[in-house]
Amino acid sequence: MGAQKKGASRASEDPEELARVPLQAILLADSFTTKFRPITLERPKVLLPLVNAPMISYTLAWLESAGVEEVFVFCCAHSKQVITYLDNSEWFSQPNFTVTTIESHDSISAGDALRLIYERNVIHGDFVLVSGDTVSNMSLTQVLQEHKERRKKDSNAVMTVVIKRSKPSPITRQSRLGTDELFMAVDPNTKQLLYYEDKADHAKGSIYLDKLLLADKSSISLHNDKQDCYIDICSPEVLSLFTDNFDYQHLRRHFLKGLLLDDIMGYKIFTHEIHSTYAARIDNFRSYDTISKDIIQRWTYPLVPDVKFFGDSSTKLERRGMYRASDIGQSRSAQIGPFTVIGNGTKIGDNTKISNSVIGEGCSIGPNVSIEGSYIWDNVTIEDGCKLRHAIVCDGVIMKSGAVLESGVVLSFKVVIGQQFIVPSYSKVSLLQQPIKQDSDEELEYADNSTGIAEISPPIHAPDISNGEIANQQQETRCWPTSELGIGGAGYVWSVCEGGHDEEWRHSVAPIPAEKLAEVIQAAEDDLEVDPDGSSLPPSGELKLDSDSDEEYRDGSYFENEVEATFLRAVDENIKVENVVLEVNSLRLSFNKQTVHCAGAILYSMMKLALETPHNSAVELVQATTKVITKWKGLLKYYLSDIDEEIEVIMKFEDMCLESAKEFSPVFDKILYQLYDQEVIQEEAILRWDDEKRHADESDRIFVRQAETFIQWLREASEEEDEEE
Amino acid sequence: MDFQVVVLAGGTSKKLVPLVSKEVPKALLPVANRPVISYVLELLELSNLKDIIVAVEGKEAYDCVEHWIVEAYIDRLRIQVERVPDDVGTAGALRAVAHLLTAKDILVVSGDIVSDVSPGAVAAAHRRHDAVVTTMLCSAPVSGPSDSGSSVTKDKAKKPGHYNRIGLDPTKQFLLYIATGAELEKDMRIQKNILCAVGQMEIRSDLMDAHLYAFKRSVLQEVLNQKDKFQSLKQDVLPYLVRTQLASEVVLNGVPQPEENGNEKASYQNNQEMLSQILANSSTSSFHELHALGPKCSLPVRRTHKCCVYIASNSKYCMRLNSIQAFNDINRDVIGDASHLSGYSFSAHNNIIHPSAELGSKTTVGPHCMLGEASIMGDKCSVKRSVIGRHCRIGSNVKVVNSVVMNHVTIADGCTIQNSVVCSNVQLQDRVVLKDCQVGANFVVTTGSECKGEALAKKEK
Repeated sequence: MGAQKKGASRASEDPEELARVPLQAILLADSFTTKFRPITLERPKVLLPLVNAPMISYTLAWLESAGVEEVFVFCCAHSKQVITYLDNSEWFSQPNFTVTTIESHDSISAGDALRLIYERNVIHGDFVLVSGDTVSNMSLTQVLQEHKERRKKDSNAVMTVVIKRSKPSPITRQSRLGTDELFMAVDPNTKQLLYYEDKADHAKGSIYLDKLLLADKSSISLHNDKQDCYIDICSPEVLSLFTDNFDYQHLRRHFLKGLLLDDIMGYKIFTHEIHSTYAARIDNFRSYDTISKDIIQRWTYPLVPDVKFFGDSSTKLERRGMYRASDIGQSRSAQIGPFTVIGNGTKIGDNTKISNSVIGEGCSIGPNVSIEGSYIWDNVTIEDGCKLRHAIVCDGVIMKSGAVLESGVVLSFKVVIGQQFIVPSYSKVSLLQQPIKQDSDEELEYADNSTGIAEISPPIHAPDISNGEIANQQQETRCWPTSELGIGGAGYVWSVCEGGHDEEWRHSVAPIPAEKLAEVIQAAEDDLEVDPDGSSLPPSGELKLDSDSDEEYRDGSYFENEVEATFLRAVDENIKVENVVLEVNSLRLSFNKQTVHCAGAILYSMMKLALETPHNSAVELVQATTKVITKWKGLLKYYLSDIDEEIEVIMKFEDMCLESAKEFSPVFDKILYQLYDQEVIQEEAILRWDDEKRHADESDRIFVRQAETFIQWLREASEEEDEEE
Repeated sequence: MDFQVVVLAGGTSKKLVPLVSKEVPKALLPVANRPVISYVLELLELSNLKDIIVAVEGKEAYDCVEHWIVEAYIDRLRIQVERVPDDVGTAGALRAVAHLLTAKDILVVSGDIVSDVSPGAVAAAHRRHDAVVTTMLCSAPVSGPSDSGSSVTKDKAKKPGHYNRIGLDPTKQFLLYIATGAELEKDMRIQKNILCAVGQMEIRSDLMDAHLYAFKRSVLQEVLNQKDKFQSLKQDVLPYLVRTQLASEVVLNGVPQPEENGNEKASYQNNQEMLSQILANSSTSSFHELHALGPKCSLPVRRTHKCCVYIASNSKYCMRLNSIQAFNDINRDVIGDASHLSGYSFSAHNNIIHPSAELGSKTTVGPHCMLGEASIMGDKCSVKRSVIGRHCRIGSNVKVVNSVVMNHVTIADGCTIQNSVVCSNVQLQDRVVLKDCQVGANFVVTTGSECKGEALAKKEK
């Protein structure tokens, strides 16, 4: 805790020192996600070995080499383990590089973490914000300089996000790091970030950009080929912004998007693209796999296994990308393939084949084992004849002879796989039981049926189980059902949780099967086929809006669209008229419109609805319209309080017949009659409309003439009434 | 070149009233004393595109245009003038002449373009990529097309910046997204699959669709036949083709084309060929081909088609005569900044005065002016940045600034004309002052009238 004091004393230094603040960084040693479960139930993600070195050591080594002088490591889940690791490592004793830990037990998000750090008041200038699972060798000099220069000109430029071009093919772009597709819009001149969408809905074939983005610039670039490195250069304001907006949790989803959408404060976010250097973040098992390979293939130099960037490694690089520690026991007949790392003290039996894999320290691998594309951590025992493909095997696992791991399997700490047992693809096995979500009935049921022992152990969710102790006890005291992991096996097979199988293949270490890719692409195609004839192509009449529309119409069209959307939703969900009225009223207030505009917009929506119901002839159109009017006249009537408004509505309908919905023009009189018949419009309104139009141009009187007989009939009827009186 | 050209000459555009009339349809409006359509025709001739169909709307307009074209071009170009029905839109006009189209590719040009961008270059770009459609883009005027001058026309207020939004790939060869007209009022809607296929898209608002397109004939005819609701090339046909470029419907169920509609086996072979092509010369492949190949060639080849762009360089001139403001601007530019377009040789004073024109004493005709054949000006007149047509009689003490005066106009003494258009056979009596006005043909402006921002024309019956 001495380190913390150091941080505190810095905070109290007088402001003159601020001119040259040491470069600070915040390292979040908690990802606040559950993507690495079940492993992360027992060990924090940042301490998981990545090519035989804990992830956090990559991040710290990079920060040190990039000139960062002070790092605040924020630990939450398993914080004791992180602190113990740092205590035992050399990071606390580096010259010119201070590591301070900040511990929290109740933070559930990056937002909470940054709010806490703000309260500590330890950040004094621009800082680097990374999470403890970042692997990079980029230089910070340029991006910091750019950031500072922008800040001088514009104090609202609070953040610079580092991005990198991802692989060129659209297929690998999507699948390489197992992350979701990222869509960004960037101003090509200033590099300002304008749009960021990483949770784009897969079901939808298009993305929507605000038209105002282009209002004051001549071009914007839209990117799908960039990856977010999750390395941010932030100004101190970022911390206070998190405090101001206490609901910001996620760095991207809430904070970044929140700033992009907020046009009141005018905060700006910029991007910095790196070209030749490396930066990536381990978000899930797939990126774990990809980044491991990148490290082995030396993209991350100098952060590679044979360079001593931490601890006491003595690994040597051999031909074909093989890294071997100094002290290993390898049988002569064992075949070690390319791009493989073998840790210290590991023994490999006869005729064993290993390729594209990482083997940790102190493992003993029996004869005739085949290992391909797998990550085997420390002290793992693999007996003879086992087969492993694309699996992650944590510390202390025992695989008895003949066991097979199909691709995508994750075995957490100290799991035992029975003889000859085949673990199916994408299984996750742990000694700890899957935390049961109370709110999901389905999952409870599943647990009861399949394991049969769910009632014995309550869900274990304690964040700080010191590595495997409890598990040990469990192992001793409990006999495991053979069905789960074979004879002598130990561990629970986790059921696939809410993400479903869809996420499994996307995030797993196993390569994506070809048929899955085909499916995805096919799905994208299907989306496309649905939409070209759908909403994207308004009928020609509407498109002509620019040619001969008056000012008022254009102003109103946005409001109209909103009302129409509300109305259509009401139709779909069968919402009561009173509630629709409430919604439309709120729209009216926000757009500053009169009730008559509402009436016009509602009529417009009703007619559009009628128009969209399939019809073959004018007669059917009238019928459809009548139905709509009958159903929704209450709504329309609500906004028609006097004769003038009714006249306006008739005129509005006339306009529609002329412009946006020409289909109505032949049946104008019939629908007018319906409106009258259903008491939406009174006869006085119709007569006065006729009077008003009397002196209009001939072209303006088309519909008056069309409705002539009806008006005539009305006039006669009213005269008769007068006579009777 | 196996290109046919369709020139859409329009009819009597409502936007150009009162400049147009039954006798002077839009195509024959004078730009520097030549009908506007001659600029397009001569531009085509320069690119050796001589197989031309001119589509004209309306009977009277057709008669006038036909008459004029036959007279002027009969020996130089193979021109066929066709009458198309009124108000059918650009797509409708093409439908009406579709039966005449036989060439492999069709160039569609709006008849009101005044430009020096070579249509041949557009055609070449089209052929190079074997595109389904190639559209020419030119840089949009900085502050919107309709307010570059000081004069105010009636429809200016109505028109906001009438830009296009155009999405291009990083090489600026392919058109990925286009929004025109009413769509500009909405938010941008970008198709994910196109963006994913190409990786990066640049959306520009400083480019303008110049109404010059090259189409593959089979595709054009098919789209016109199948989508009978399409009215406008720019607002319906082009966006449709752009939208479906990665899931093409056009070639699939259209006229069978041997190389495109082969059976499975052939397509597999194509696939292999394409792959080897791509490997051999990566610069020729585009995202379309890559997308069509898909992963590991496991899927049937996807139908794609290419929509290309030809971006005219900034130094080129390109304007459309589609508003009164544009009429003024173009006339001023053609005798001014873009004088190479006019085809005349300018005098030492940077103006053109026909040898048969007569000037009175102390009358000055400034630079960037034009005075037509046999026009007579009185004493102490001053003409600045204006075009005066043939056989005009202009009295003394007349000032003409920034204006267009057409043929056979009589202007009496002491008139001042500023920023205005005076059509043929108009009579301006003494001391008329016109500012920002348009005077329709055969109109008589009475003595001493002062008009500002008005359109004067005879009531048509």
